[in-house]
Amino acid sequence: MVKLQALKKWIPEINLEMRSNNNDNLQAFKALVRKEFTDYMTSWRIIIMLALIVLTCVGSLYTAITSIQDAIDANEEAKEIAKSSFLFLKLFTISDGTLPSFITFVSFLGPLLGIALGFDAINSERNKGTLSRLMAQPIPRDYVLNAKFTAALLLNTVLFVALGFMVMALGILILGIPPTGEEFLRILCFLVLCIAYIAFWLNLGILFSVRFKQPATSALAAIAVWIFFNIFYQMIVELFSKSILNPENITSTVDAISRQGVVLNLMRLSPNYLFTESTTTLLSPSVRSLGPLTVEQTTGAIAGPLPLSQSLMLIWPQLTGLIAATLICFTISYLLFMRQEIRSK
Amino acid sequence: MVEPIIQLDHISKKYDQQYAVNELTLSIEKGEIFGLLGPNGAGKSTSILMMLGLSEPTSGRVQVCGMDSTTNPLAVKKRVGYLPDDLGFYEQMTGYENLLFTASLNAIPRAIAEERARDLLTKVGLKESGDKKAGKYSRGMRQRLGLADVLMKDPEVIILDEPTLGIDPEGVRELLALIKRLNQKEGITVLLSSHQLHQVQQICDRVGIFVKGKLLAEGNVEGLAKQLFFEDSFVVYAKANPVDNNLNEQLQDLAGVNRVVETDEHVEIYAETDISSAVARTVIEAGADLFYIRKKNYGLDEIYHRYFEGGDEGGKASSA
Repeated sequence: MVKLQALKKWIPEINLEMRSNNNDNLQAFKALVRKEFTDYMTSWRIIIMLALIVLTCVGSLYTAITSIQDAIDANEEAKEIAKSSFLFLKLFTISDGTLPSFITFVSFLGPLLGIALGFDAINSERNKGTLSRLMAQPIPRDYVLNAKFTAALLLNTVLFVALGFMVMALGILILGIPPTGEEFLRILCFLVLCIAYIAFWLNLGILFSVRFKQPATSALAAIAVWIFFNIFYQMIVELFSKSILNPENITSTVDAISRQGVVLNLMRLSPNYLFTESTTTLLSPSVRSLGPLTVEQTTGAIAGPLPLSQSLMLIWPQLTGLIAATLICFTISYLLFMRQEIRSK
Repeated sequence: MVEPIIQLDHISKKYDQQYAVNELTLSIEKGEIFGLLGPNGAGKSTSILMMLGLSEPTSGRVQVCGMDSTTNPLAVKKRVGYLPDDLGFYEQMTGYENLLFTASLNAIPRAIAEERARDLLTKVGLKESGDKKAGKYSRGMRQRLGLADVLMKDPEVIILDEPTLGIDPEGVRELLALIKRLNQKEGITVLLSSHQLHQVQQICDRVGIFVKGKLLAEGNVEGLAKQLFFEDSFVVYAKANPVDNNLNEQLQDLAGVNRVVETDEHVEIYAETDISSAVARTVIEAGADLFYIRKKNYGLDEIYHRYFEGGDEGGKASSA
């Protein structure tokens, strides 16, 4: 009893101390994020990346808009058809052949932006000798890593939300067709997907920045992974698929479908593929399935767009996979960083 | 008895079978300047990292300001300022902004932080350069900014890892004077590590000699000298002319003299006590001319050297 009372006497004080500690920590975390964000905004590397992305996206938009406009101007009926066939989403997916479409650009440049944001997060601090100074301050060690990630993600979010809304605004202004509610939601989902995708590359960059002491090494390693998935992975899977899908080995329809599934799943190990699959589904509602369909399945089906909820259902595994990959990278870098000894150089 | 502010209790740190720090026991009192001396790779930095909880000791306990650094590093880091040996600043920010950033990490309110930063910049002599980008600072200026940075959190203890590394002699003198002043005026306990002995000797109350992960000796400089050179604590050089056998014998007979060595230059008299006046008298009374008489002081250099010699011999002996 006496003990309990003695304990009670302490509790408010402990609480108070904990609260003030939490407050202090939050303030320190905010300060870290603010500093990182400012650094990003003022670094040439990021400014160049941003300029590149904005320019190419605006360029691809322009070509998309002009080709859509030509089609609409052809006759009055086209306008009505356009409204019912998600024309607005075409802004992101079509081009007149001179420039790649918006989503191609994003899937190409997004990873580069992610890598550029993350590849020297930790090792440059270490090389400059600021990491040991940071560590001497009363902040938990993981704050440094978390703050870097948060700041980069924040920049990423701001950029893509701004870009997406800008595209919509331009589309409305030039085409004169407002997006429907569903189109708007689809575009929002697409933006979230872009952010998740870039977050993966960002985390890969951070992972390499923890692992490799030299920023150049980590940048090259991250770019190597990017090129591998962007170019070579597809080739390698195609190579394998030749033997897997060899008609001589296929015995039945079921076998053919399962073999096709294996190839598809191999492809899906690549984050690029996951991203492409999900963006196509989101921005082209007419995509009904991401796997093979048999003739039996398609006969009698009325060709029509999927509702948003169904499209989302279709890409749910892809999105979860992307986020899982992001988390895995982050966890590994977190563990590595927490175990590393902070020495100057 | 005053509670020690830094208390290391048999701490060891092992890196793949090799001890970087081996059973280090050390206590530092509040308000003193303690110098941790040792060659490169002796384990000084590792010990410091363990004091801050940045590295976990393999065994042993570290207590700083009455708190365990290993289990409660944040509370320790609130009270302890640490200047790493190779410190860097965010180069695109000014010195002043760097200080403010440190303050914000310590959750110091902005108004107090601004005032303190200006104050400290003046104190370390960077008043004019405070608004220059830290990337443009010279090595000495960076070190002084580092000291200001450490002081931003108003610490009870500051730990300086090789603070004089790479600064010119005048800069070293100023920096050390600044450290001494901080210690005297504000009662900050200072622990500094160095391999540059003369410098440390000037300001340290106590030193510890640290070689190969072990603390070989600890105490003030005179104490260490006595401990080591207990038989020949005093050496007197005298140049006299002529030095004949008679004079030699007389010197030898003086109380406390262990041996007399005659070199080309002068006579060296090794003794247990300070016998310089007696030597002078003897020379004059013997009818010789005395040109100069000089006492040799044992500085840290000799102490250090003696320890390393000992260490090497020990190594040879054990390997043989």
